Amino acid sequence: METTNRVHGDVVVVAPAGRVDHETAADFERGVVPLLDVATGARAGLVFDLARVTYVSSVGLRVLMIASKSLRARGGRVAVAAMQPVVAEILEICRFGAVVEIFPTVEAALEAMNNA
Amino acid sequence: MMRVRFWGTRGSLPVALTAVDVRARLIAAVRSARGATLATDEAVESFVDALGFPVAGTFGGHTSCVEIDGGSAAYILCDLGSGARPFGQAALARHGAASAQTYHVFMSHVHWDHIMGLPFFMPAYLPGNRLRIYGGHRELEAALRRQMEPPSFPVPFSCFGADIEFVHLEPGVSHEVDGMTVTTLRQRHGGDSYGYRFEKNGRTVVYSTDSEHTVGEPEETSRFVEFFRNADLVVFDGMYSLADAISVKADWGHSSNIVGVELCQLARAAHLCLFHHEPAYDDATIARVLDETRRLEEITRGDHALRVSAAYDGLEIEL
Repeated sequence: METTNRVHGDVVVVAPAGRVDHETAADFERGVVPLLDVATGARAGLVFDLARVTYVSSVGLRVLMIASKSLRARGGRVAVAAMQPVVAEILEICRFGAVVEIFPTVEAALEAMNNA
Repeated sequence: MMRVRFWGTRGSLPVALTAVDVRARLIAAVRSARGATLATDEAVESFVDALGFPVAGTFGGHTSCVEIDGGSAAYILCDLGSGARPFGQAALARHGAASAQTYHVFMSHVHWDHIMGLPFFMPAYLPGNRLRIYGGHRELEAALRRQMEPPSFPVPFSCFGADIEFVHLEPGVSHEVDGMTVTTLRQRHGGDSYGYRFEKNGRTVVYSTDSEHTVGEPEETSRFVEFFRNADLVVFDGMYSLADAISVKADWGHSSNIVGVELCQLARAAHLCLFHHEPAYDDATIARVLDETRRLEEITRGDHALRVSAAYDGLEIEL
């Protein structure tokens, strides 16, 4: 699946596109895991820009869980931003509000993380 | 035709409504009755039906026991949780104590909540009855005998008057039992558990409880998709939210509603029935989980619609 990354200070913004499901989640995980090692330091953060994600299944949410566990263990933060309504509803049903921070926009997520 | 009757649907531990719960329901019902015209019995019944299941009903508190009725004279049961007690009472009330019956019991595993009903299963005490207890665990018989040894229970297993036989099942092998084809699948749970696929006359029921899905292992997903393939009904352990199931409650041996929906969608099953409810959940919480699961199915539906329900003690589903 297509995933783009960009760096804002200590925060990496990951922007996957399309469906994150049983077909594509392995690609998504391979793209995210190396970023977890890069994100170090007290202000380290990872923001998933989900604006172009139309669906996320349990295997996709598992990748968010891996990122959250990894960064939180080192004092970092993980957020999702710009979710389409369907994706936001899936995260709510799966109780992922306790796993990742949720922001309406990438800018809001970056501001919160950089001002922490 | 097949009919599935749920005698116990709660996970881990039996629960019961408390006096506080009942009072809260009564207050909610009486408040709703303000201004209503309830002059006839029919009007009262309609009013009660409209209150909603968490007020007018309850999911119940007995632990796992499910009857698969394929239309034959013998009974087929899944697990001997505390729901086996009312099942046994109903069977005796139907036939009388003098009428010998056969009970085929398929055990998912031998954790306490799945075996605790046996000491109170009255048909087991009656000579003439036959119990065939099937399972994949080598220690199945020992576990059932042990729970009836002192100091845990005053009546020993040897007091059972029925003809009791234990039958070991190999995973993946299909068996013919009383006209039903039964296939077993080993599942991820502490000490293993086994799921059962029952097929008869073109109807299929899958009983898959106490089964953790690790999420992200394609081979495991494929095994379950094949096991659930085109089932008319999948009884599924949806005890936790996905977030809990893969974090704080990982390795606790249970699954989530979202994984149930996904597996049934991939398998093109017709009906997902959430089962093994978290004992800490009250009726309103289980009802909310059901609503959310139905919504999840709706927003993730492709070309195959999946019916979603939540099991409760006393529920009957006809296939």
